[in-house]
Amino acid sequence: MSDELYDDHILDHFESPYHKGHLDCPTCSHSDKNPICGDQVTIELSIDENQRVRQAFFDGKGCAISQAAASILCESIEGKTLAELQEFQAKDMLDLLKVRLTASRQKCGLLGFKVLKTMLYSLEQPKAVEETA
Amino acid sequence: MATSGDLPFDVESVRRDFPILDQRLLNDKPLVYLDTAATSQKPRIVIDKLVECCEKYNSNVHRGIHQLGDRMTTELENAREIVQRFIGAKDVDEIVFTSGTTMSLNIVAHGWGRKFLKPGDEILVNPMEHHANLVPWQLAAKATGAVLKYIPLTNDGRLDLSHLDELLTTRTKLVAVTAMSNVLGTINPIGELAQRAHAVGALICVDGAQSVPHSSTNVRALNIDFLAFSGHKLYGPTGIGVLWARKELLESMDPFLAGGHMIREVFEQSSTWADPPAKFEAGTCPFIEAVALGAAIEYVTKLGIDRIAKYEHQLSVYAHQRLNEVPGVRILGPSVEHKGAILSLVIDGLHAHDLSDLLDREGVAIRAGHHCTMPLHELLGLTSSARASLAFYNTRSEIDKLIEAIDSAKKVFQRRSGSRPGATR
Repeated sequence: MSDELYDDHILDHFESPYHKGHLDCPTCSHSDKNPICGDQVTIELSIDENQRVRQAFFDGKGCAISQAAASILCESIEGKTLAELQEFQAKDMLDLLKVRLTASRQKCGLLGFKVLKTMLYSLEQPKAVEETA
Repeated sequence: MATSGDLPFDVESVRRDFPILDQRLLNDKPLVYLDTAATSQKPRIVIDKLVECCEKYNSNVHRGIHQLGDRMTTELENAREIVQRFIGAKDVDEIVFTSGTTMSLNIVAHGWGRKFLKPGDEILVNPMEHHANLVPWQLAAKATGAVLKYIPLTNDGRLDLSHLDELLTTRTKLVAVTAMSNVLGTINPIGELAQRAHAVGALICVDGAQSVPHSSTNVRALNIDFLAFSGHKLYGPTGIGVLWARKELLESMDPFLAGGHMIREVFEQSSTWADPPAKFEAGTCPFIEAVALGAAIEYVTKLGIDRIAKYEHQLSVYAHQRLNEVPGVRILGPSVEHKGAILSLVIDGLHAHDLSDLLDREGVAIRAGHHCTMPLHELLGLTSSARASLAFYNTRSEIDKLIEAIDSAKKVFQRRSGSRPGATR
């Protein structure tokens, strides 16, 4: 854990983010914003037939912490199964950031994580209506 | 304690009245508190008053027929008189103790708005209002069929009154306006707005949360109808605020909260109301906090509110000068002569949260976010801004520390631009 909040790890991801942009055909996508500061993050996943994340992309705007965290999140979840992502906890996300966040900044650091978790939750829900094309 | 008069403002002496200011934060950085618009610090005399109440005569007011109850009630009613004198109210019964500005404005929106507004009536607001003087009116409009209309802002963040005659008509029943914007710092022409509102038969409800602690307020000279402000921004405790309204308005309004103390008689199926202010003070009011607010106002009055305003303006001029010299910094709102001592900033390439976090590491406390003014930030095309707000206990050297901290915050981000090793991502 670094006490230097804006260390190279965070600033590298902020300035040259991993997979910032959009997928052509995402399997799923979700957005949210932090109403306090207006930071926003969208995450898009493409998921293969084995329920494994093939690619993760994010888009958004906001502070360095929220955007770097979304980049770090995308980088780390590719190749993981949905079952593994269910196990992925807020603490794991904060550990990935490798910096110590104050309580007020944890909301920034966890914005992308919250988007991911909400998306996974909605994936788990059985479809209300049978898809009939 | 510092004394008033024509002596130069002795800020070092004043600072000694505020115990919290004499401390060092992480890494031995002295506290530079520039967040008074969010909440002010409390002088020793206020803290002592809170302790005195608790240790010597705490007892519920208007109830106990005993020595403690009598003393506490006397102290509370004395605080009410202090507030009355401070804002120039005609009658002490016009001073309603509430939990804060938000509660005060909700009492007006419910007790007056929902009772008197009719479908098609108009409430005139504007985009610089704090949510507390906007959302209650949205609810009142929804409940009554009234409509919100907006006074536009000029490019520099003042009310654009050039077409006011088209907006302020006989359909207008209320003008809800802040006396000082909590983001832009804009000081609005309350006296003029009151006159023009009254000319069409409308009332004016003034949010004084930012203005009352920093400049002289006289409700009779301004000829306004409602004034709301908070204790905790006025060097007093949290949980206490004031609603002032002309007595006949308070008499005509419905109560908002119902319960003990606000009644005259209670029957099985109905009740009648106590006279104001009790009618709007249901339940046990925060009497200790009210008494300490009285102590805060006495403190401010002894320093002299006009001297405070003058000192804060000089400091604000200095802060504007220094910040305007920093490349990439944009100060929101009008030029300094139209403003209270509030400086909201946007810095190129540096998000408000990152800025305030980096400033915090230097001991400099500012606020970042939308400051409860989402429509204003939407209008400005921003999601957030960073706000430094000043009080009479701040110094020029603290402004210098703010500038130094902004410079080093910019460097954290700037030194990397263009120098990043090959983008592998």
